[in-house]
Amino acid sequence: MKRLFYILGVLLGSATTAQAGIDEAINSATAPIATLIGQIVFFKIPVFGAQLPVVVLWLVVGAVFFTIYMGFINLRGFKHAIQLVRGDYADPNSHGEVSHFQALATAVSGTVGIGNIGGVAVAVTVGGPGATFWLILAGFLGMSTKFVECTLGVKYRNEFEDGHVSGGPMYYLRQGFKERGMEGFGKFMGTFYAIGIFIGALGIGNMFQSNQAYVQLNNVSGGALDGLGWLVGLILAGIVFSVIVGGIKSIARVTEKIVPFMAIFYCLFAIIVILMNASTIPTAIGNIFTGAFTGEGVAGGALGAMIIGFQRAVFSNEAGIGSASIAHSAVRTDEPVTEGVVSLLEPFIDTIVICTITALVIGTAQVAAPDFAGDAQGVAMTSAAFEREFSWFPIPLAFAALLFAFSTMISWSYYGLKGWTYLFGEGETGQTIYKVMFCAFVALGCVVQLGPILDISDALVFLICVPNILGLYFLAPIVKREMNSYFDRVASGEIKKFK
Amino acid sequence: MSNKILVALDGSDGSKRALSAAVAHAKLTNSDLVLAYVIDWSPYSFHTPQELEERHKRRESEIQRANDSILTPEKEALKSEGINVETVVHHGKIAQTLLELCDQHGASQIYTGRQGESRVHAMIFGSVSAALVQTSSVPVTVVP
Repeated sequence: MKRLFYILGVLLGSATTAQAGIDEAINSATAPIATLIGQIVFFKIPVFGAQLPVVVLWLVVGAVFFTIYMGFINLRGFKHAIQLVRGDYADPNSHGEVSHFQALATAVSGTVGIGNIGGVAVAVTVGGPGATFWLILAGFLGMSTKFVECTLGVKYRNEFEDGHVSGGPMYYLRQGFKERGMEGFGKFMGTFYAIGIFIGALGIGNMFQSNQAYVQLNNVSGGALDGLGWLVGLILAGIVFSVIVGGIKSIARVTEKIVPFMAIFYCLFAIIVILMNASTIPTAIGNIFTGAFTGEGVAGGALGAMIIGFQRAVFSNEAGIGSASIAHSAVRTDEPVTEGVVSLLEPFIDTIVICTITALVIGTAQVAAPDFAGDAQGVAMTSAAFEREFSWFPIPLAFAALLFAFSTMISWSYYGLKGWTYLFGEGETGQTIYKVMFCAFVALGCVVQLGPILDISDALVFLICVPNILGLYFLAPIVKREMNSYFDRVASGEIKKFK
Repeated sequence: MSNKILVALDGSDGSKRALSAAVAHAKLTNSDLVLAYVIDWSPYSFHTPQELEERHKRRESEIQRANDSILTPEKEALKSEGINVETVVHHGKIAQTLLELCDQHGASQIYTGRQGESRVHAMIFGSVSAALVQTSSVPVTVVP
């Protein structure tokens, strides 16, 4: 253990001393690759003056298809999802196993992040208030995609003899295509997905998070941390290290307890801020609806607003990317459909509740004082909207952002690990190598200029939705069959309610 | 009709004293014993994905440890004294689960030790024995 700390220290030390040089070297080496991959993945087609990235279209078409094909499971399954989370159907004999609530809480803490605070501000800045409408709609449709991918994740997971499980898109892609007589293709897709989630875990699930946490801390401290990125990085890496390598449960437990608390705290204050601007609520909501269909002042008009809203929703709730499927696969249940139904609630909480509230905070502030944020964008813009009412709010907000970033890193470290073990096997040494590498990237995230590296990882995460959704189309009939059988058995009383 | 006494065990000295008091009682009244080991667990707690994955394995080992180190040895010892003994391991909120087990096994009495929490500790986290006494529908004997 000590040796690992030492290696980490040396890695960081060398990174900081040669920081400027490394920055330049990395940037100049990776920039062309990033541009190329970015251009391919985020290839945009011009539609009536708006730029539509094909990958966003791919995700939205998938979400619409699954919503219709599954017979609006996002509406039909909602009540049942809440019953499952409440434990109404929990078998008393499975006492001490992971509950649906725990699986959901873990998956939500992986998706609720800086995107919920900053991403919405970006959407409103670029796409106008109308983007919010499309963001909510995309969240609603995304619930169906999540349902399909999480059901499949549980159905096709790999259970090992010692009782631990590995699941996720790489497993259902491999196995699902094999069952359809396309073994080679399935293997290729699984491997492709595993590589993508592994690199994505080091980028947006890691460096981006630690970087944003540092930027936030530096902002609220008035620039006191300028040039101290290495220190913040080292501390963050140390904490992540102690959790994922050292297995120190207390830190993880504290964070996992504080994150939901912060989310509730955030929503509560957001609602207070909205109510303090009560007189502007009708106008703000009106703007959302009119903006959605007229797209006033937005490049590309209504369609432009729609694209921005859809894009931000996907960035925020990860439906179609398949990451949540990995978290849900860890749950032990005989009915894969139950995990799918529970996962419906993720886009609901993440996008429909939290993002909408943020959008209203910004929207009401905009009506009351159009120039409230000045040049601020992203998290800073949301922060400014809160600051109008509570001058002290940026500090807890930065703290919340830090915790969101931390819990997202912990979740993504696991997603990346599952990609890694899919590729290199379940060996302990290999896993430790991955984890140490992950920590080193946490620290690097605060030190190096992110630009091109982040672009690559960003692009790769979106690239993996191509094999994932393709697999979902192929396997959707299986999910539909399971879903119908499950709900029939619930209706007939064969699946008993215990509470 | 046989009388059953439920004894809450957790491996502590207090719970051992509760057991010996319960054994004395059982011998006098010709009762059977139910030895219950409850592992504190809430389905509404938060975990990392890694912990979720390992949960099943850990649960098995928790149950096995409770059986191997506490319940089975006590059961064997009591069998030689001629007392009928059942054992049960369960996860859950301790006081609530003990009452549910008491109900399931049809026990008419509960014997428990006490943890001797300080007043502050009990104020914040609550005391298991106090909760048991407050909510039980059968007589509870708290052995000091």
